[in-house]
Amino acid sequence: MDPKFISAFVKSISNVFSTMLQLPVEVGEPRIKDGDEERFDVSGIIGMSGEVVGSVVLCFPGDAAERIVAIFTGEQMAVDSEDFPDAIGELVNMVAGGAKGMFEDREVSISCPSVIVGKDHNVSRLKDVPCVLIPCSTDCGEVVIEIAIQDRKLAEGADAQAASASV
Amino acid sequence: MKILLVDDSKTMRNIQKSVLSQLGYSEIEEACDGVDALSKVGAFMPELLLVDWNMPNMDGLTFVKKYRQSDKSTPIIMVTTETERARVVEAIKAGVNNYVVKPFTPDLLSQRINETLEKVAA
Repeated sequence: MDPKFISAFVKSISNVFSTMLQLPVEVGEPRIKDGDEERFDVSGIIGMSGEVVGSVVLCFPGDAAERIVAIFTGEQMAVDSEDFPDAIGELVNMVAGGAKGMFEDREVSISCPSVIVGKDHNVSRLKDVPCVLIPCSTDCGEVVIEIAIQDRKLAEGADAQAASASV
Repeated sequence: MKILLVDDSKTMRNIQKSVLSQLGYSEIEEACDGVDALSKVGAFMPELLLVDWNMPNMDGLTFVKKYRQSDKSTPIIMVTTETERARVVEAIKAGVNNYVVKPFTPDLLSQRINETLEKVAA
């Protein structure tokens, strides 16, 4: 994965959390997600298309998500309340939107966000795109960004190679 | 002043409403996408619109283009995560008067609203 993608997400989450939540983010060492990783209770997912393709997930333990949403919305909400996914969706939208703005010279679109709420879930992806996990810690608890994106040309090259290998 | 907020996120509409009420604006209507907004502009007759870009059903840019076919003058501020220069130019060409990038501080949104209204009044 292009290291510029990772640094864009690091800058973007710091910017979103400091601007909208006045919440500093301490970013840990990015690593490759290798299967049986930590599970989460809330995940905001957004797709990328255009010259960069794949998906981005913002993952939270339930209590951290509740604290963060309380600061963001000014209201105390339980994870199962009606408006909770909307707030998480908007956070992942801003993080992904901010990051894609830093992908120089690449025309990229983001999808509308989806949100998963459920104890101890894991968001699985296709194995052909490496997923980089960026751990972040805040005063409200842990947040993890999972990035599984790549340049479209690279993705198309891999598809073509796989097709010719299977002939 | 009548203000229409067009954003699929209720959270974001609430944040914008809170900034607007601090500025003294209370006559606010909400729409959750471009289709909803088009169905409300006729009856509500907004004097300012804050419009998100990425929305389901009809995105903000399409809404602005359609709205501008019948209303060339009511000021529109795009409030969006779209930061690329080409996108900003596209929005301005479609008829957007000002641009606020998410995330924003309440001060920045207030400043953009005030400068937009001042420019229109001049």
